[in-house]
Amino acid sequence: MGILSCCFPQLRAVDVIEVTDSVIDTAALQRSLKNPAAGGYCAFEGWVRNENEGHVVERLEYEAYEPLVIVEGEKVLAEARALFPFLDARCVHRVGMLELGECAVWIGVASAHRDEAFKACRFIIDKIKVRLPIWKKEHYANGDSGWVNCERCAAHGIAE
Amino acid sequence: MKTITVRYFAMFREHAGVSEETLTLNAATVKDVFECTRDRHGSTEPNGHCKVAINDHMADWDTAVSDGDIILLFPPVAGG
Repeated sequence: MGILSCCFPQLRAVDVIEVTDSVIDTAALQRSLKNPAAGGYCAFEGWVRNENEGHVVERLEYEAYEPLVIVEGEKVLAEARALFPFLDARCVHRVGMLELGECAVWIGVASAHRDEAFKACRFIIDKIKVRLPIWKKEHYANGDSGWVNCERCAAHGIAE
Repeated sequence: MKTITVRYFAMFREHAGVSEETLTLNAATVKDVFECTRDRHGSTEPNGHCKVAINDHMADWDTAVSDGDIILLFPPVAGG
């Protein structure tokens, strides 16, 4: 194993989006984007928050239709690459029941310069929220629950 | 009449009480299928906030449906 393949173990030709029911290992994901040509890296983590629109949230339940999450997600990543040429991007979205503070979505972009990484990361999370077949159900402290409609928050540019 | 399999997700699955059903109906487009299932299950969600796929390909609401199609009805999405 050469020195480069040792330090940069997972160089890929295609940007990857994944769905997982396991805890997202953000440190390992960051390492997977290491690239000798990268001058920077930008990541976004979406976390489970304890409140939404006045309701006390205790946990979030995510559901996804994985075959089309992959297809649509790869389109989003390709669009981001065309707009903000970067070296490498990855995205992982969690499904199942998540507790407060857990990471629900992780996006990482490595690029030669910071501007592409920041802009691509923002573009990808904004599109993921409104285009991919992923749903979240809030479970409230009073025992009620409700599905979230993200179109309104996306329209207002609110990053959840 | 066409025999079509409809798969429901998230809120739609809860409204329908099933994740999938096969229906024989007089439908030209996926919007016809959506409206039929909405009436059938008492949902009031307008299609404008929803998405639809035919046989695992995202589709527009005016896409024609064929006998044997599998229609995926997606309620308003909320990733992230």
